[in-house]
Amino acid sequence: MATRAKKSPARSAQTSAVKAPKPAEFTKDQELEAYRHMLLIRRFEEKAGQLYGMGFIGGFCHLYIGQEAVVTGMQMSLKDGDQVITGYRDHGHMLACGMSARGVMAELTGRRGGLSKGKGGSMHMFSKEKHFYGGHGIVGAQVSLGTGLAFANRYRGNDNVSLAYFGDGAANQGQVYESFNMAALWKLPVIYIIENNRYAMGTSVSRASAETDFSRRGISFNIPGFQVDGMDVRAVNAAGDEAVAWARAGKGPIILEMQTYRYRGHSMSDPAKYRTKDEVQKMRSDHDPIEQVKNRLVEKGWSTEDDLKKIDKEVRDVVADAADFAQSDPEPDASELYTDILL
Amino acid sequence: MPIDILMPALSPTMEEGKLSKWLKKEGDTVTSGDVLAEIETDKATMEVEAVDEGTIGKIVVPEGTEGVKVNSVIAVLLGEGESADAAAAAPAKAEEPAKAEEPAKAEDARSEQEQPAAKQTVPAAPKAEIAADPDIPAGTEMVTMTVREALRDAMAEEMRRSPDVFVMGEEVAEYQGAYKVTQGLLEEFGPRRVVDTPITEHGFAGVGVGAAMTGLRPIVEFMTFNFAMQAIDQILNSAAKTLYMSGGQMGAPMVFRGPSGAASRVAAQHSQCYAAWYSHIPGLKVVMPYTAADAKGLLKAAIRDPNPVIFLENEILYGHTFEVPKLEDFLLPIGKARVHKKGKDVTLVSFGIGMNYTVKAEAELAKLGIDAEIIDLRTIRPMDIPTVVESVKKTGRCVTIEEGYPQSSVGTEIATRVMQEAFDYLDAPILTIAGKDVPMPYAANLEKLALPSVQEIVDAVKAVTYTA
Repeated sequence: MATRAKKSPARSAQTSAVKAPKPAEFTKDQELEAYRHMLLIRRFEEKAGQLYGMGFIGGFCHLYIGQEAVVTGMQMSLKDGDQVITGYRDHGHMLACGMSARGVMAELTGRRGGLSKGKGGSMHMFSKEKHFYGGHGIVGAQVSLGTGLAFANRYRGNDNVSLAYFGDGAANQGQVYESFNMAALWKLPVIYIIENNRYAMGTSVSRASAETDFSRRGISFNIPGFQVDGMDVRAVNAAGDEAVAWARAGKGPIILEMQTYRYRGHSMSDPAKYRTKDEVQKMRSDHDPIEQVKNRLVEKGWSTEDDLKKIDKEVRDVVADAADFAQSDPEPDASELYTDILL
Repeated sequence: MPIDILMPALSPTMEEGKLSKWLKKEGDTVTSGDVLAEIETDKATMEVEAVDEGTIGKIVVPEGTEGVKVNSVIAVLLGEGESADAAAAAPAKAEEPAKAEEPAKAEDARSEQEQPAAKQTVPAAPKAEIAADPDIPAGTEMVTMTVREALRDAMAEEMRRSPDVFVMGEEVAEYQGAYKVTQGLLEEFGPRRVVDTPITEHGFAGVGVGAAMTGLRPIVEFMTFNFAMQAIDQILNSAAKTLYMSGGQMGAPMVFRGPSGAASRVAAQHSQCYAAWYSHIPGLKVVMPYTAADAKGLLKAAIRDPNPVIFLENEILYGHTFEVPKLEDFLLPIGKARVHKKGKDVTLVSFGIGMNYTVKAEAELAKLGIDAEIIDLRTIRPMDIPTVVESVKKTGRCVTIEEGYPQSSVGTEIATRVMQEAFDYLDAPILTIAGKDVPMPYAANLEKLALPSVQEIVDAVKAVTYTA
């Protein structure tokens, strides 16, 4: 007990030492980079939704529309070799990591040119080259795995960090806290990014979580955390810079609660009856991550409407090319059924 | 070109639905994400969002229409500078969507894609050639050691060989292993490579898999495989399936090891054999050795194997002593059974602790003049059925022995495969000896009854050789 009493103040001091940074103004180049990346994800997902509706994409398809600022801002804080892992709502993360739109879309349609040769689908894609470790369909499993990526970095003695993304729903899984404990105990360089989009499938945060401030979920493990406006890519990036610096410096894990919103249902077959249309409309009209950047670019005179239309056109072309490829690429050869099971 | 807006599917199984409401009218400008219409099925109501920008040129299917086929044209969107005239060229037949039998464009594209698939036949599962055990050079010194020591030596040798190999688990370091299998490893390799974890199986199994996905070679020790039930999701869904799901880009080269099966008087939750459980899963290899030499040679092979390997040990066997060849680098092939003793009258197939009963039964049978052949399976997956079949072709009779539960057991798998591949050679039904179909009782007498016995094996052999 004596030891505990002694340690307590020092620990809480460390936890409270980390404060959410103020979003820094972006340069013109940063704004344009963010605009292009977010727009790519938005247009890609809209096209994926359309192809799903046409029957080209089967099974589950979880769209990232509305949450684009989170991966875009975080990715701008990383350096080469830093790893990313996430759950099943993963198309945006893969595009943000630089994986090809063709490869992702062809995986969605189950074709041989897909990133997993058509054998993984929407929820399971990986890229060794881009340090993207999936793409996981079991809610919360990526948190332990992402902690393992950080374990590997520390084992190898490099200064890379891993980003483990999960949702407000996954935040209630037991293995998340098992991972928090080990990450804090061993001071692993992992950044836990809780994408709080307010609904775990159809269950709102307040109906599923006793503590709805997810940035506080690491307190028992002395893991600092803060809440971030996940609709503002500048706020995300500022938080990302802070968190990455913290983890890279060997200070251990850190939690970022990204307050975000998904415009679409949980999956394609979700009519989203658990929330009002007004709520969705208000987020879209007042907080849209892409519109925010667009407005700043125009207001500051950095881009004209025509400049932005040109970017829009380029992005649409990338997506259209990906969609064409994903529809024309052949299905995997039957011989692929038995490959990649064992090495 | 005007863009056709098609009736979307809400799920892969939806074929038609009701277009309940239009939220845009002809002449309205739309941008991506705008809600155009609401559609309804018996299960849900969904909004149709615009993907492209433009002006609604023509609404083809009026609101309130039932039975609108998926992928039929419901409206036409005009791009900049396009006129409604172009839209007029839209197929008029779509006005009676319920009757629209001609498949829409997208369906055409899809069925073309599917045609070759329909002709495809299931390819044959590849057969892996597995090398025989290496020859032990004449004059090799044999060292008597326990299974426990053999396992420890295997890990130590592989850790010396590769800096990527590390061991993690509960009490593996400072405590020297709950069953002392990792004894001395901390002293030699230090805490970076011999990692004590908290009691958190699900979590540390996932941490191990994550580290393996980057190319490290973790040995994850479970204090017993009973506790790995908490981690089985990570073993099956992450470790076993990642190679396939990633199209071969990354997998989990690692070993999950620890004791499995009944120890002694530890009751239901601590006494269960997992051989059959893990043998069900593609993407895993499952090893369950009996002798110290096999334990050493197979654990070394498992650590070097690029796949996830489940290595099932046994608490009772840890203290048993066997001869182990003293060789620089003694590796045994995973997936190869070992003929433990040659014989001609009956084939006894067992593995792990099951061998303990089997070798005793063989001695009893010899006294009765029955010459039994014993096959130690050693690896449960991939299973060396050819070795079993070859033996059965000679003996015409087969009895399997294991401690696990009887239903869907390793023995029933062997019986099925032998029946399929050597039916004409069988002179009697294959009998499968297993643990009884009950949770393991605590009372000494009941526990003994729940486990297989030497007498049961002798009786089974008498039955299949018609010498009862």
